Amino acid sequence: MADYEVPETHEFPIIPSIMEGAMAHSSPFVAGKEFQDDMGFPSPEEPGKLIDGWKEKFLEIMQDKLNKYRSLQVFMDGCVKCGACTDKCHYFIGTSDPKNMPVARQDLLRKVYRRYFTFAGKYFPKLVGAVDLTEDVIKEMYSYYHQCSECRRCAVFCPFGIDTAEVTMAARDILAMIGMGQKYSNQIIPKVHKIGNNLGLPEPALLDTLEGLEEEIEDDTGVKVRFPLDEKGADILLVTPSADFFAEPHVDGLMGYGKVFHAAGVSWTLSSKASEAANFGLFIGNYEHMREISLRIRDAAKELGVKRIVFGECGHAWRVAYNHLNTLAGPWDFLDQNYPIPQHILEFTKDCLDRGILNIDKSENDHMTLTFHDSCNIARASRIGEDPGSQFTTPRQVIQAVCNNYYDMAPETTHDQTFCCGGGGGLLTDDLMELRIKGALPRMEALKNAVSDKGVTHMAAICAICKSQFTKVLPYYGMTMDQIVSVHQLVSNAIVLDGQGEEAEESDDAEETA
Amino acid sequence: MTALSITYVVLFYVAMIILFGGLINKIMLYARVPAPLKIPVTPAPLTKAGVVYRIFYEVVFFNSLFRGSKWTWIFGWMFHLSLLLAFFRHLRYVISPDSFIWPLVNNMVVQSFGHYAGFTMVIGLAGLLARRILVDRVRYISSPSDYLMLLLIMGIGVTGLGIAYVSHTDVVQLKAFIMGLFLFDWQNLPSDNVLLVHLTLVLLLAVIFPISKLLHAPGLFFAPTRNQVDNPREQRHISPWGAELEAKDGRNA
Ligand code: HEM
Ligand code: SF4
Ligand code: SF4
Repeated sequence: MADYEVPETHEFPIIPSIMEGAMAHSSPFVAGKEFQDDMGFPSPEEPGKLIDGWKEKFLEIMQDKLNKYRSLQVFMDGCVKCGACTDKCHYFIGTSDPKNMPVARQDLLRKVYRRYFTFAGKYFPKLVGAVDLTEDVIKEMYSYYHQCSECRRCAVFCPFGIDTAEVTMAARDILAMIGMGQKYSNQIIPKVHKIGNNLGLPEPALLDTLEGLEEEIEDDTGVKVRFPLDEKGADILLVTPSADFFAEPHVDGLMGYGKVFHAAGVSWTLSSKASEAANFGLFIGNYEHMREISLRIRDAAKELGVKRIVFGECGHAWRVAYNHLNTLAGPWDFLDQNYPIPQHILEFTKDCLDRGILNIDKSENDHMTLTFHDSCNIARASRIGEDPGSQFTTPRQVIQAVCNNYYDMAPETTHDQTFCCGGGGGLLTDDLMELRIKGALPRMEALKNAVSDKGVTHMAAICAICKSQFTKVLPYYGMTMDQIVSVHQLVSNAIVLDGQGEEAEESDDAEETA
Repeated sequence: MTALSITYVVLFYVAMIILFGGLINKIMLYARVPAPLKIPVTPAPLTKAGVVYRIFYEVVFFNSLFRGSKWTWIFGWMFHLSLLLAFFRHLRYVISPDSFIWPLVNNMVVQSFGHYAGFTMVIGLAGLLARRILVDRVRYISSPSDYLMLLLIMGIGVTGLGIAYVSHTDVVQLKAFIMGLFLFDWQNLPSDNVLLVHLTLVLLLAVIFPISKLLHAPGLFFAPTRNQVDNPREQRHISPWGAELEAKDGRNA
């Protein structure tokens, strides 16, 4: 565990006084030429510089974005600097850096917008805080637009619905187009395009992993639960984040999905081509890449001839799937219209539980007292279930259907007020470790309080990024990495399969592989 | 007509052209630029009627602001409600007594509420200004224009109260002047200093409106985060430029 200054947690949340420049040094690695090339983005002659004519290019792309995205156009104009969002961002709370206040983050771009695109900024720049576009401004943007996890907490409280995430996405895309792409995301996306998943796991490796899971479940339960890959004619295509194939606690969740499908008696398959639910095209604000990644799923569904698509536990992946899959890769007229397209695994499991077709032994989870972390992209950018807000109730209902001990964390940190794990939005990279630790503060604080007040031992999540982030940061806050669990891991523990023999001991030696 | 009156007639027309021309221009821009993706902040309504209700609640009660910052809400809401009441009171200057809506405007309720709104408006603005100065976070995000905007509107409020309480003006002549603007039958403007300052500030506000953060008023209705229906699975959402992209490669066929 490398040494970082970990912010103090408190019994009650504290809004810090501002400390200018506190995080000015935080900046992820810039994508080198190879990755920029792979993405179809330009790279500068010399590393660390910007492309020739970057300034004109920046303004040109910005104009294009203003013409294409109503959100950006309206948000650039509409902010009244009321300050309601200033204390809402976990990165501000954890770092005290005023440029991590959502409105100040937007302002990095808005100052340029005003200077070049508005009357007031063209003629009275000082009056309205407009600035010239310089290399320093670009560097600052690169730094602070990579201190935003696009979690939308600020948007909940803004009287005009101004969503800083939209501004961050636009800014990141513009930066990438002038040679300042982020290495982490730009390294990952081409792997999805070429191989099918973020990790670059080829088909044989996947097959191997899935066989391993089948063996593990058989050893545990004596029941053969299948994890099919590329099986033509299956009813359901499961698209799940690739971390589910090997990382802890993700993989326990995947075993849970497999058991639920098995118990429900449906035919399903994974696809090696669409062996990834994540869509980092969202993070970098690039419609074309996001579409390309989504179209893989369309192609896979057609090739395999499935009737339904179900998504595994992942926050931003579900945001893209729920909101954008229809837009980017639809229409889905070739799928069975009797089911939601796409469907979330929790919707599937909840339905099975409601219909009473799962045999559940809740006591299997009695060694834990649980709480639930609402992932930002599920809470504020999508829905699971039929009613507004059922993204909050569905996971809790499933957890409570398989566990006896459950408590919520403080209400100002759950539901649509949930705090980001600190590692979302394309920031789950080691070069941003300090930011990730500090950004986790509000969630860690709420968890710690639930631990001390309610005796909570474990926190369940439905997002691959949250799970990886928490395994990393929990130890910094004096907790252990196995305190984060997958919701379907709980389902997996409790489900009793037909023909399940002697209970095998559940293994506790969670290993960090994320 | 006096030179002063002629000047103000010209200024009024220019200001109104800038105000309405600028606003219409911006609103058309907002309407024209597509929202390529579904991005409602959830939980969001599942129907159009639900969206109307959501926006209504935001406009009338500043619902999200209420959740976000109680102090800003108290002062902000007080200011805006007062502004609205003051606006209604001012309608008597632009409506003819023969008009059927005259009784709706020229009654005790509207007139006395509008009267006291002057005070609550200035108090609300003072609260917002205090917050801007005293809270380090809000101070950090403020530009000179943010302070000046508050001072400008406060100036309008204070001079308005000045006319009502200290330096009365010839309201009959004032109304004649304003009605004259509508009818292109120009009349003299009373030349009291306080009134002239009041009117000048109002004209300044009108000119600034379409080129400033006051665009929050129309902007509120156009934010896709608030005005979209949460139905992406049921109904395919596609922008014109997104459709073009599809047509080019045919991969959605
Ligand atoms: C649809 C109508 C309107 C709505 C829903 C609306 C809503 C809001 C809200 C929620 C705020 C943030 C809270 C606050 O600071 O008060 C705000 C700020 C502001 N509004 Fe409005 N507004 C509207 C019309 C207007 C108009 C017509 C004016 C001006 C003449 C105006 C002037 C201002 C000013 C100056 C601020 C900034 C206050 C500050 O600096 O703290 N608004 N508005
Ligand atoms: S979207 Fe989230 S991370 Fe980004 S500024 Fe808003 S609150 Fe902070
Ligand atoms: S809450 Fe909205 S309007 Fe207020 S400062 Fe933040 S972004 Fe601007």
